[in-house]
Amino acid sequence: MTTELALFYAFAAVTVGAALGVITVKNTVHAALLLVLTFFSCACLWLLLRAEFLAIVLVLVYVGAVMVLFLFVVMMLDIKTDSLREGFARYLPVAAVVAGIMLAQMLALIGWNAMLQVPAPESDGATLAGVGNTEWLGRALFTDYILPFEVAAVILTVAIVAAIALTLRRRPGVRHQDPSRQVLVRKEDRLRVVKVATEGKEAGK
Amino acid sequence: MVEVVKGAIDAIFAGLPMVAVVVWTLVKIIAITVPLIVAVAFYTLAERKVIGWMQVRRGPVYIGPLALLQPFADTFKMLFKELILPTNASRFLYFLAPVLSLAPAFAAWAVVPFGEGMALADVNAGLLYLLAMTSMGVYGVILAGWASNSKYAFLGAMRSAAQVVSYEIALGFALVGVLAMSGTLNLGAIVDAQKGDAGLLEWFWLPLLPLFLIYFISGVAETNRAPFDVAEGESEIVAGFHVEYGGAAFAVFFLAEYANMILISFLTTIMFMGGWLSPFPASWGLLGEPGPWWLFGKAAFFMFCFLWFRATFPRYRYDQIMRLGWKVFIPITIVWILVAALIVHADLVQVGA
Repeated sequence: MTTELALFYAFAAVTVGAALGVITVKNTVHAALLLVLTFFSCACLWLLLRAEFLAIVLVLVYVGAVMVLFLFVVMMLDIKTDSLREGFARYLPVAAVVAGIMLAQMLALIGWNAMLQVPAPESDGATLAGVGNTEWLGRALFTDYILPFEVAAVILTVAIVAAIALTLRRRPGVRHQDPSRQVLVRKEDRLRVVKVATEGKEAGK
Repeated sequence: MVEVVKGAIDAIFAGLPMVAVVVWTLVKIIAITVPLIVAVAFYTLAERKVIGWMQVRRGPVYIGPLALLQPFADTFKMLFKELILPTNASRFLYFLAPVLSLAPAFAAWAVVPFGEGMALADVNAGLLYLLAMTSMGVYGVILAGWASNSKYAFLGAMRSAAQVVSYEIALGFALVGVLAMSGTLNLGAIVDAQKGDAGLLEWFWLPLLPLFLIYFISGVAETNRAPFDVAEGESEIVAGFHVEYGGAAFAVFFLAEYANMILISFLTTIMFMGGWLSPFPASWGLLGEPGPWWLFGKAAFFMFCFLWFRATFPRYRYDQIMRLGWKVFIPITIVWILVAALIVHADLVQVGA
């Protein structure tokens, strides 16, 4: 067994174990942290495949940003898992059917791919082109696949705009600050120096 | 000279088996981390002295000549203190949190080049790796706040999470400008792209001035330092996320924060200030020679700026921090990425000439 294969099994075991933990542990914060571990070991698996761009971006986007916000929400909400577990037995048959169909689909897809080609690490596009993984991916995205890429970007922008539009409400009677006016304020607008005549015996000293 | 020694050592180790490579890598790691820890120790002393002078005080004076032994006194005091676990705290996460904040702060140093080809790992995706590592430091803060089972700590963690995630975007976008201009993700190649015969006028700070400023300011916010230190905010939430920590566990948080400050200083230097390149034209003889001393000198200036800011600026209000990040920095960076792309497209800047 080569080092690479040993590493693959180690990371794969951690990935599967952590992913199982995500759906079995009771504490939601622990579940979110296990999901972080799943992403992280997934990134390690991708590094083994020499897809360093995808691996690092997975850590950067999912571990560094998405999961932080997940944790933020999970910690703030303090979810009671007991009420969520109530319908477990009732939904089990439906869930089993869905899971079974998904498993069959994935196996069919993987089987089809395996029949079509024999994957070998030396035959990936970056190595063939003689450039780094990141550069190769960038060129492919911005030349051959520019249209799907732009469409995805537009869809994401629409999603952002929609999310903001859904949450942005103008409520009447709410006092709020306008920082640009706050920083423009001048001393003359706020401060008035009043000369007050001094009184008493000490005056004039 | 350095290259010759490095080449000789590399030649010796090239013929040795795997074990020797691992040992040699470990030696290199120690050669980076130990000076880093010592630098953190003296940085804390420098902070107290500099802020003292700025506020017309003397700062530490008693321990050792020029108070040089003060950091060691602090360290030993911290290490000998008892570790206390708060009631109902999540034990495992409570002790994991300091380690999680320290590990990325140190791991990021793996790709930092100290001179021509002098990096522990000269990887092609160095810039991405740095972004990934710096974005992970926030886990230590969040977990510390949550696992402590304390409201102050939790408030600090929540503030820090929102702030770090917001400023990370500006930080990343600022680096996109550098990437567009240099055309590479390799940190050594980014410095090489700033080479030229006009010295400091060739560096990226000039064409990317808004990005340079935003990168450094966002770096200050990312490390939770004054004036963006609302995660600690001692006048509001005692000490924020590390309020329940003491002794060695607190020292680890401290170490991570200062290591991150030094890292941001080095990265600002490498990305925008020409790294190890000399600010003088190459024709000036010895002064024009590139070398690691320039890198350390420039980084020291930015490290000083961290202290300068802390002594000068009052703390931002939290809503103003978020406004600055989202409504000021991110729009400016997006516009300037386009400007940088246009500059490159029009060949206005000679890269690496």
